[in-house]
Amino acid sequence: MKLSKKWLNDYVQIDVPEREYSEKMTMSGSKVEGWEETCSELDRVVVGRILSVEKHPDADKLVVCKVDAGEAEPIQIVTAATNVFPGAAVPVALHKSTLHGGKRIEKGKLRGVESDGMFCSVAELGVTVHDFPTAIEDGILIIDENEYEAVPGTDIRKALGLDDTVVEFEITSNRPDCLSVIGLARETAATFGLDATYPHIDAEEYAGSDVNDYISVEVRDADLCPRYSAAVVKDIKIAPSPRWMRERLRASGLRPINNIVDITNFVMLEYGQPMHAFDRSTLKEGRIVVRRAADGESITTLDGGEHPLDSATLVIADGERPVALAGVMGGENTEIRDTTETVVFESANFNGAAVRKAAKKMGLRTDSSARFEKGLDSRNTLPALVRALQLVETLGAGTVVKGIIDVDNADYAPRRMKLDAGWINGFLGTDIPVEEMRDILSDIDFGIDGDEIIVPSFRGDVECAADVAEEIVRFFGYNNIGDTMMKGEASAHGYTDLELFRKRLHTSAVSLGLFETLTYSFVSPKYFDKIRLPQDSPLRNCLKISNPLGEDTSVMRTTLIPSALEVVARNCSRGVTAGKLYEEGTVYIPTEEGKLPLEKKRVIVTVFGADAEFFAFKGVIEALLADLSISGAKYAAESGNPTFHPGRCAVITKDGETLGVMGEIHPLTSQYWDIEVPVFVADLDEEVMLKLRKPITDYKRLPKYPAITRDLALVCDESVAAGDLHDVITEAGGNILESVRLFDVYRGKGVEEGKKSMAYNLVLRASDHTLTDAEAEAAVAKILRKLEAAGATLRS
Amino acid sequence: MKEKLLKLKEEALAKITDAAQPDSLEAARVEYLGKKGELTQILRGMGEVAPEDRPAMGQMVNAVREAVEAAIELRRRELSAKALEAKLGKEKVDVTIPGEPVVTGRRHPLNIAVGEMLDVFTKMGFDVVEGPEVEYDYYNFEALNIPKDHPARDTQDTFYFTDNVLLRTQTSSVQIHVMENQKPPIRVVAPGRVYRSDAVDATHSPLFHQMEGLVVDKGITMADLKGTLENLARMLYGEEAVCRFRPHHFPFTEPSAEMDVQCFACRGEGCRLCKGEGWIELLGAGMVHPKVLRTCGIDPDVYSGFAFGIGLERVTMRRYNIDDLRLLFENDLRFLGQF
Repeated sequence: MKLSKKWLNDYVQIDVPEREYSEKMTMSGSKVEGWEETCSELDRVVVGRILSVEKHPDADKLVVCKVDAGEAEPIQIVTAATNVFPGAAVPVALHKSTLHGGKRIEKGKLRGVESDGMFCSVAELGVTVHDFPTAIEDGILIIDENEYEAVPGTDIRKALGLDDTVVEFEITSNRPDCLSVIGLARETAATFGLDATYPHIDAEEYAGSDVNDYISVEVRDADLCPRYSAAVVKDIKIAPSPRWMRERLRASGLRPINNIVDITNFVMLEYGQPMHAFDRSTLKEGRIVVRRAADGESITTLDGGEHPLDSATLVIADGERPVALAGVMGGENTEIRDTTETVVFESANFNGAAVRKAAKKMGLRTDSSARFEKGLDSRNTLPALVRALQLVETLGAGTVVKGIIDVDNADYAPRRMKLDAGWINGFLGTDIPVEEMRDILSDIDFGIDGDEIIVPSFRGDVECAADVAEEIVRFFGYNNIGDTMMKGEASAHGYTDLELFRKRLHTSAVSLGLFETLTYSFVSPKYFDKIRLPQDSPLRNCLKISNPLGEDTSVMRTTLIPSALEVVARNCSRGVTAGKLYEEGTVYIPTEEGKLPLEKKRVIVTVFGADAEFFAFKGVIEALLADLSISGAKYAAESGNPTFHPGRCAVITKDGETLGVMGEIHPLTSQYWDIEVPVFVADLDEEVMLKLRKPITDYKRLPKYPAITRDLALVCDESVAAGDLHDVITEAGGNILESVRLFDVYRGKGVEEGKKSMAYNLVLRASDHTLTDAEAEAAVAKILRKLEAAGATLRS
Repeated sequence: MKEKLLKLKEEALAKITDAAQPDSLEAARVEYLGKKGELTQILRGMGEVAPEDRPAMGQMVNAVREAVEAAIELRRRELSAKALEAKLGKEKVDVTIPGEPVVTGRRHPLNIAVGEMLDVFTKMGFDVVEGPEVEYDYYNFEALNIPKDHPARDTQDTFYFTDNVLLRTQTSSVQIHVMENQKPPIRVVAPGRVYRSDAVDATHSPLFHQMEGLVVDKGITMADLKGTLENLARMLYGEEAVCRFRPHHFPFTEPSAEMDVQCFACRGEGCRLCKGEGWIELLGAGMVHPKVLRTCGIDPDVYSGFAFGIGLERVTMRRYNIDDLRLLFENDLRFLGQF
């Protein structure tokens, strides 16, 4: 909401610096976004009177003018304008002046003749012909001395009434009453402890029944139109509105049009009550019918847009057809024209939700709909209408027909509440005396009746004691409330197991040199193809956003792998071609239609770069799991996951639960992402990790007795998996086998084709005595026997 | 004999002093003190000395031997010190050459900020909770006193899956879940992702993070809200942080407020950083609306509470002076590696 300070001063005399005004209004609840002096760029532009106009000696299209610009001597200005004449008062940009848009003017020579400055058009002042109805677009602004005093040398902003300050308020949706000058005047007066005076409104002055000779009003759908007030003005003389009205409209961001339209806009801004004017002669049968549209009807609105209608939309109709979209915009068929003789003013109250819906559907958000949708005061229609009639008379725009039509189905009764100062102070943690509360409330026009307060009709948002508390505290001062720490029980829960697990996860990941990423939860549906997911993969079943920003962010991810590859691809494209990443992220697994999905946390680890290698990566995953107290996970070869390299992919399991999958990304997958370096990814299920976690409870005692180590070189078929041999050795070794480590795999000379040599280092130790050679030999012999059964023999 | 001994001593001491290497020193030792060494020979030959001369002679020989031994020991130490010095000299490195690079992992800056805030809140006795990101309209809007067609819905352009299922636009939805499942006293914070259909630019993202806080108990006041949040500001920005509370409107709190922190750069004077306002908006808060309490089955005549919501990107960007929101989601390693 743009507030003209000149307009504000019509109701409340306030003279404080803008910064202070903004600060105090903000702190009492009317947030000031900023302020601006209108036409503030204009500098050294003054009123000048043209003394003479002579031909330029060397140019047919130029004239040389002597101008009284308020200085001791006349100045000389050369211009190409054709509408200048001796005696005309014009805006003069002096030497070293600034015009709208920051344009600088300096003196200079035009075709050899000295010019001390420039005459200005409306555009050069940053205004329009709407603001100065006698002006022309492509010529110099000739100041209309019927409206403006033109003393040469006067600053043009002052002379033309451009010297206003406009304060921009951010009005919250609960305060439509502040979308008006009067509303903000009320807040201003209460904030600064000043008195405000508003226009005197007396509907009785217009009492009568003549209006019924001109129109009838029928409200068929009172649920959507609680109140409809209307009046008629005849003998209309369409003309520009006067200077003061144009100035106020312009400062408020509206374009002056003509007296009747300007009156409706002026009243909307002043009272916050949108109004509309119909040309009476175009209303069929002289009827106004407020009703839901019939299916198949349509309307062409004032902006030229054509809108098909249906029964969800409330319209104003005449005897035959819709003539306005209620609360949104009028129809072209009944608009005010220069020829209009009789006008019907509408000042109505429409259901906010219905207006919002209609405006949204038609794609027409207007000043009117923006106000209605917040829920307006049904008591305001009549004062606004009377104000419009007053203005008609003030402007001499026509003759008001006696009588006001007022169909009031609002069933309004003022809301009364007990003022419970004890409760309010208890709620706020304050100690405000009840008298001060009453004073504050009465400053913002609440009625006081003994212990009770009466909420003014324009404050529909004040419904309960907490609302009243807010009204009081915003003037008492939020920052005058004390600061206390709440008493009562704090929870003793601390961190849950899940939170502790996550803390450990992040610590582990960081200690392993991984960088944490944050990626979007939504991805492109194409990403399923880009990780080569089979057509029948359940992961393709995803939640689709019905109104996405674009295809790239249109479905909720069911796997983190595309997110990780996207990060790798982006980094590679920027020349960062190696890195180690992780993310704890959510995937969204659809359940039933219309129900919420399962939101499951997964942990993804990604390593990429020319040096990235399977076993180094596996080492990171093993270390991560070990650090998270998940031991004994099994890695089984997985060749059927098309995202991954068929020979370098493993499913990770433990105790029959699947922890996840890890491996090298398939070169064809990488190709889709334009990634040219090896990428390794592990995609782990956080829930399973948490479940399988066995945090250490008892430490393992340090060994007291010496160990015996044995190295075994085994030969076996290529097809034998190291993991299987490991299991055999571990099982056969029993208690005294402390550790087993594969330290070399060899193929080639000395080893038969199709076979490989695997070298293990075993550490044997007893916890209660020094192990004898005989015991060690027996254990090794047993291990070798079992190995032989598994297809591995001692290398000879 | 005496002269012979003295000559021998002189000779030996000269050889020892001249020995430049451990092996020439060892050779000298063998020459005089070895099994066949000259001094050893003399000692062996003591039997031939007249008995009355033996004590004096013996003393003299021993004195010579001790002197030679001491000289050898001294020389040995000298030589080994010299050798060590030479070795260390050779081992000298250019300490200005950088070390082998070790890449340590990093948390995301946003999560660093979240972690710090959670530390503050858990110290104040808050539990950390979570709620779903994909939500029913009821939890995101209706129960928060934002009915259908409420104008406040306009400012929150929402992503929908169906008419009734959406991506939450605010973590405030978690308030409702908590109040449905837990009786007061309630003291929780809920960090998480929220979504609004804003196109990506330097200050907007369709996905961002908030942290919701909710306290419900008997006798909770607006002064408690202020005290708690000022405490947060001090923990985040230091003891000298200056806060102010400004009236605002949220449908689910009454009274509602926004909390600003005085601009650190200009101390409230107004500068480029704070866009001339002198204050930087930190969070929205308010007393839980009685309608919301009632909706969740909590009697507003018995209990009161406050709630707050903090934009975490804003806090993170402030903390590290990050000027473009996009950086937080691009995951450029050169960015992530800085925190």
